[in-house]
This record gives sequence, C-alpha cells and structure tokens, in this order.
Amino acid sequence: MKNEWPLWEIFIRGQHGMSHRHVGSLHAPDAEMAIKNARDVYTRRNEGVSIWVVEANHIAASSPSDKGPLYEPSESKVYRHPTFFDIPDEVGAM
Amino acid sequence: MTREDAFTQFLLQMGDNTLILGHRVSEWCGHAPVLEEDIALANTALDLIGQTQMWLGLAAEVQGDGKSADDLAFLRDAWDFRNVLLVEVPNEDFGRTLMRQFLFDAWHSIQLGRLMKSSDERVAAIAEKASKEVAYHLERSADTVVGLGDGTEESHRRMQEALDYLWPYAGEMFQSDEADAEMVKAGIAPDPASLREEYDTLVSRVLTEATLTIPESRFAHKGGRTGAMHTEHLGHLLTQMQWLQRAYPGAKW
Amino acid sequence: MYAQMIKSEATQDDPEKLAAFQARIDAGEKIEPKDWMPEGYRKTLIRQIGQHAHSEIVGQLPEGNWITRAPTLERKAILLAKVQDEAGHGLYLYCAAETLGVSRDEITEMLLDGRMKYSSIFNYPTLNWADIGAVGWLVDGAAIMNQVPLQRTSFGPYSRAMIRICKEESFHQRQGYDAIRKMAEGTPEQKKMAQDALNRLWYPSLMMFGPSDKDSVHSAQSMAWKIKMNTNDELRQKFVDQTVPQAEYLGLTVPDPDLKWNEERGHYDYTDPDWSEFFDVIKGNGPCNVDRLAARNKAWDDGKWVRDGLLAHARKKAARKHAAE
Repeated sequence: MKNEWPLWEIFIRGQHGMSHRHVGSLHAPDAEMAIKNARDVYTRRNEGVSIWVVEANHIAASSPSDKGPLYEPSESKVYRHPTFFDIPDEVGAM
Repeated sequence: MTREDAFTQFLLQMGDNTLILGHRVSEWCGHAPVLEEDIALANTALDLIGQTQMWLGLAAEVQGDGKSADDLAFLRDAWDFRNVLLVEVPNEDFGRTLMRQFLFDAWHSIQLGRLMKSSDERVAAIAEKASKEVAYHLERSADTVVGLGDGTEESHRRMQEALDYLWPYAGEMFQSDEADAEMVKAGIAPDPASLREEYDTLVSRVLTEATLTIPESRFAHKGGRTGAMHTEHLGHLLTQMQWLQRAYPGAKW
Repeated sequence: MYAQMIKSEATQDDPEKLAAFQARIDAGEKIEPKDWMPEGYRKTLIRQIGQHAHSEIVGQLPEGNWITRAPTLERKAILLAKVQDEAGHGLYLYCAAETLGVSRDEITEMLLDGRMKYSSIFNYPTLNWADIGAVGWLVDGAAIMNQVPLQRTSFGPYSRAMIRICKEESFHQRQGYDAIRKMAEGTPEQKKMAQDALNRLWYPSLMMFGPSDKDSVHSAQSMAWKIKMNTNDELRQKFVDQTVPQAEYLGLTVPDPDLKWNEERGHYDYTDPDWSEFFDVIKGNGPCNVDRLAARNKAWDDGKWVRDGLLAHARKKAARKHAAE
C-alpha cells in the first residue's frame, strides 16, 4: 500500500468575521492532524483563527483567487516583521 | 533560605526548564521526519524560548544585580542551572523527543494552571500567557504519542522504549524541598508534590490510549532542579549554547 | 534563483492550442492546474518549482547549523523562526508542484537520489556567526530579486506560493543585515568575522543567478511562458548595484578589486564569479554537497517509522469509527 500522507486543502478565517479562505495545502495522516498542522504551518503570523480542512481529492472545484490572507501582527514574535529591524536610511531600500 | 533566594530559585527552575527543552527541540530544525512536523517542532521551541525570556527576565529582576535574561542563559555554569534532568537528556529518535515533550507538557500545563493564581502578579501574568501555548503543546504531543504508540509494531516498540527510558526522569518534577515550602507559604507557587495526582491521571489516560505500559518502578533520578547533580549531557549542551558569549566576552550581538 | 540552469522542455503540441495558450499568457492570464497546458510547460515548471522547493529545504541546513549556537535568546528565536519559514516555503512550493501531478514523496525522492538539484549556494558552509547575517543579507537578498517578479509568473499556484513567500521573506533579509551590522560595528573580532563572511559568500551569491546570459541557452522559452521573468545578468547586475552601497555602509570590503561605478552605464562594473567553480558545485563537488544530501537522506530515512506509524494509527482509527457506525 502507498504510504504517503494524504493531501489536505486548508481554509482559514481570520478574526475579522470574514469567510474561510483557501490558504494552501499540506499533508497529514488524518483530519485532526491536518487541523493541527494547519495551525502550525499557516497561522504562524496570525491570531484568532478558525480552520477548515478538506481532503484534496474530495474537492471538485477550481482553485480560489490569489489574494493574500490578512495577517495580524503577532505580539510575541515581532521579529518576523521587517519593521522590527532598523535599517539606516543611507542604506537605501531593503 | 531567604524568600528572595527561594523565589529566584523557583524562577530559574521555570526558565531553565524552558530554555533547555527549547534548545533540545530546536536541534530538530531541518531534520524532522516530515516538513509539517519540522514546522510544528520549531513553533514549540519558539514558544519555549519566548517563555525563557520572560522567566529568566523576571529572575534577573528579582536578583536585582543588573543582569539580563541573556546573562543568566549564557553565562552560568552547569551547577547553577535548575532545570529538571528530563529536559536535558538528548533527543535520540523522534519517539524519545516526543515522549519527553509529552511527559514535560503534562506537568507544565498543570503547573502553569496553578501559577495563574500566584500571589505574585508577574508570575501569574507569565503563566497566563504561557499556559495558552502549552495547552497546544500538550494537545499535540499527546496526540502524537497516541498515534505512534498505537501505530505500527515498530512505532509502538520505539515509544515503549522511550517511555521506559524517560519514566525515571518524570518523578523529579514532583520533588519538594525547603525552597518550595517557602514558595507555598508565600502563595507564589504550589507544592510540586501536590501536582502528582492530576499528572498521573492525565498521563495514564494518554498512555493507555497509546497502548503503552507505564513502568512499575517509581524510582526517580534527581538533582537537576536543586542543581546538586545534573546529567553529563547538560555540560555538552552548554558548551554549544554558550560558546560565542564565552569566547567573546562583552561583545554585543 | 533558487532554480538555476532549468532547461526548458521542448514542446510538440498542436500549434493551434499552443498559440491560444501563448495568447492567454501574453494577455496576463493565469494558468490553473486543470487548464490545458503544453507538456513542456508542465515539465519545466515541475523542475523549476521542485528545485526551488528543494533549495528551501536544503537551505535550512547551513543556517540551522547555528541555531544551537546563537549568541542571545532573541537571535536564537529570530534564526529559528527564519529557518522554520524556509521549511514553510518549501512546503508551499511542493504543494504548487503537486498540482502539476507529482506528489511530495515522489519529488522528495528525486532530490534524495540526486535526480533533481537545489541551488548551488547551499553547498557552501556557514563557518562563523556573521555568516548567518551574510546569508540573510546576501543570499536572501539575491533570492528576493528573483522571487518578487515571480509573483507575476503565469502559473497560478506558483504565483500564489511566491506571493505568500515574498510576504514572509521580507523580514529575512532585514534580520540578516541587522545581524551583520551588529558585527561590523562591534569588536575587532566581530568585524573580522563579518569581513570573512562577505569574502566567502560574495561570489557564491553572484552564482545564484546562474551562468551568464550568453551561456544560458534555456531562457527564451521560459521567458515567453513567464516562468522566468528576467535574465540572469539583469538580476545579477541589479543585485550588485543594490548590495555594494550596503557593504560600504557597513565598512566592509567587497572582495573584488575591479569593482567600480561605471558612470556611463549607470551600474557597477564587477568581476564575474569563477564559473568553473560553479559547474564543479553543480556536479556535486562543492564543499558541502555530500553532507547536505546525506543530512536530508538521514532525516527522511530516520523519519520513515514516524510517517508510517502515524498513518497506520489514522487508518486504524478510521476503521474503528467505520465499524462502530
């Protein structure tokens, strides 16, 4: 038997009360682990999310639009954001 | 022992546990069995490093001699560390790493729950923030222990071996001494021994679901949380972790 | 950029379909996985996205090399978060490749047995702490040059992965520059580390853009398909022009005695890297090729029981649930 973890499509709702949005995919052995993996993979910069996972081969639709998800700054991991680093003006755009 | 010394020791215990475990977990980055686990382990390590900054930051503040959390992390020798031995044992395979994580997370989540009611507001605040992170750590490590324990024959065998190896290190988390008595008196922290019953219930529920057998022996290694005797592993860990700070004293990074 | 020397596949499809396909691309439309596409487009993309993904994953290793030795708690957290992001980027890209019909395990095995490549840069070692700064500043800086235009690439899933990656990547270069700046402004030993890092990583960074356009025969088709957005030399020049003033600000010397501003061209003149070294690295003879691949293979082999165990449990659980219904 092929032992590759199934592929899951991940949908996430930010805290602004919007619909769940497709954010990407990942692999997981089952739905519960897919939700946990989604939390770790796709909410590294978010807060207050709701996650839906659907096994990819159960989806019968074309891929969604390409707008990026809304990110909420994470207070405890501010270094993930470029503005955390003070780059002198003389250096130019970075 | 003065209350201040006892308080410092308690804060070092909390901060050194997260520091050393965070370090161990970070060793997996780039080497995990699957990308999703690699990312999840890094999240756990990041949470633990963040908690370290808070606990050791407060320890430095209480000590009041102008030191920083970094000074405590990078410039103390092994005998000054107050983490339990459990967190300093090497990762070995993924099974031992996750079993160690689970045995620690179970204690950690109970401990933080109690600390949220600490008479010291700073302790309560750190515990509140950390408890949310640790609730997730526990959920994830427990699920993984169950999945691997009740997985294949090989994964079951490896998880049982991990449990057999690590179980003698679990007991130290519940040992009390006079510093703990001082913390209980001040209402700052619970008596470690008082956590054992809840811990045993939690751990045995998960390990039963994982089809694993808890060793009968209650023997417990000790010496980490008092600093009396660490394992040989801690020194090696520190030589790596502290190397730059030791080799280039006073440099800013 | 993490994709070097990607050979475009020749295409032998119906000319009418090809023309219609090209017209869609020229009109700026995105190609989605279920749309018709030339076989050459599909195969070239798999190779390019795969190589990019592999580069992210192998790229975890040189930086991961310093996680346990990071000098402060904050630097440790920053570096770990950054290397973790690389794993995430690899994951997004593997998922994009999967939409083209190659599974994660299949494409991983192609990396592990040497059928697929990753960027030459990750076959160089990280030897002192300033390398961590230099990798963020130079290597991520070079990668961003290529990745920003790739957000507009014609293949939808690839474009979306790049958008997400660029959003996350923007902190990587800045943290690198911030880290090496601390060194360049620090003690004499720290400054020496910073200069040493620049000396070793400058030319390998220039190599990331791939061989000179005059020796790069694979570009035209990929550029027409909008899976390659700029030529190698264009991007390399842009990188040099951007990076030299940044080095000057740090008081570091770019290891190129012939580097000088050319008023007439409005660009820096610079020395090309040693291309024979580049081809050696591509062939497997870089300083770390063998170790990098061994590390990836070890992680994969050691992890097999974990992947199998968790899947076996998931199947048991599903079967138990089914039996109970």
